[in-house]
Amino acid sequence: MLGRFGPGVGTQVVAVVYHQPNRNMATLKAISIRLKSVKNIQKITQSMKMVSAAKYTRAERDLKAARPYGEGAVQFYERAEVTPPEDDPKQLFVAMTSDRGLCGAVHTGVSKVIRNRLSEPGAENIKVICVGDKSRGILQRLYGKHIISVANEIGRLPPTFLDASQLATAILTSGYEFGSGKIIYNKFKSVVSYAQSDLPLYTKKSIESASKLTAYDSLDSDVLQSYTEFSLASLLFYALKEGACSEQSSRMTAMDNASKNAGEMIDKLTLTFNRTRQAVITRELIEIISGAAALD
Amino acid sequence: MALAFRGVIRNVARRLQVRNYADAPKGDEMALTFAAGNKVFYDKQVVKQIDVPSFSGAFGILPKHVPTLAVLRPGVVTILENDGKQNKIFVSSGTITVNDDSSVQVLAEEAHPLESIDRSAAQEALSKAQSEFNSASNEKAKAEAAIALEVAEEIVKAASA
Repeated sequence: MLGRFGPGVGTQVVAVVYHQPNRNMATLKAISIRLKSVKNIQKITQSMKMVSAAKYTRAERDLKAARPYGEGAVQFYERAEVTPPEDDPKQLFVAMTSDRGLCGAVHTGVSKVIRNRLSEPGAENIKVICVGDKSRGILQRLYGKHIISVANEIGRLPPTFLDASQLATAILTSGYEFGSGKIIYNKFKSVVSYAQSDLPLYTKKSIESASKLTAYDSLDSDVLQSYTEFSLASLLFYALKEGACSEQSSRMTAMDNASKNAGEMIDKLTLTFNRTRQAVITRELIEIISGAAALD
Repeated sequence: MALAFRGVIRNVARRLQVRNYADAPKGDEMALTFAAGNKVFYDKQVVKQIDVPSFSGAFGILPKHVPTLAVLRPGVVTILENDGKQNKIFVSSGTITVNDDSSVQVLAEEAHPLESIDRSAAQEALSKAQSEFNSASNEKAKAEAAIALEVAEEIVKAASA
């Protein structure tokens, strides 16, 4: 501010004064354009919030039904004490995200877990399957060679079991012989909170070598194979449901915040707009009056 | 010394007892979790008996069944609840897990109570599956159609029973 009164900037000040009326008219116009666009944005974020609120209620209802399902699927692995094989370092990570953004940090959270793991030593044995375009977008640049496949069209509609079984098929037919793996997903806790969590992926081989498997009766290879495949699909289904619910709730919060921020901006802009308009009117009045006075 | 030792034993015994209670089904009860992709029917509920159709043959599960794994085939799962009520649910496919703590998990891809199955719709699905099976061109389509056909046959059988 003080610089203006410094030596050598006199011409500039004159120039500014000269252009003042023009610029003021322009700002008035500019402010009204800006105001309109912020109002439009607020409308959009508000309706997005409404949409995701509706989707969230459905997702939460679905999730309630899917929880016992997922817990049931994990139960066997816990009871039979299945552990990942120590001699097979090959791992598979499944990143459960979706195609849609504008939902806070759900996607970055999942990608971060995987990124941290990939930046540690021993990462060359890890491959990643990205579910949803968002995780691919985040991981592609630095860890592109770890990604074996990407699933999209996730998140537009609520996930179904068919989606999960297609995913499971894609994982099983990817040609990557992993020893163990993890599904990284967002576990839904409440409307305002979710946390990254993981579900284990086991292969038939690690189940066969589980210590307590001998307690189980009448097992043959075929049954185990089908069992592992189905339980993979169940786990994926559960993770998809958890992810969808976290995403919708997080989007709801994010859009609510965005609407609030837009509201604040609208208030400020309206104030500036009114002030500027008043200033323009006053100046025009001064011009008229001083013009009239000069004629006298 | 001996006294202290006895104390330890008592402690351990108590802890074991406590765990027995905490782990829900004690002794001769079994907790059933029966869930499908579309609905949860039982969530750790204690029941008397479960009859399931599996690829290694249909079998009944009573409390203290030997731990086992099995793969569901399309058919009717019958659950005998504690109050003697019988619940029949049609399942398309899935898994059965009986654990060493007598808990049973039946996870189905899709399941519906028998009373909500419409017989004429089932007939329709059967004839559609039949025509698809006959017109399947390659091996994969044929296998898929065969599965659809099997499910449809079982639904009709279940609906008309």
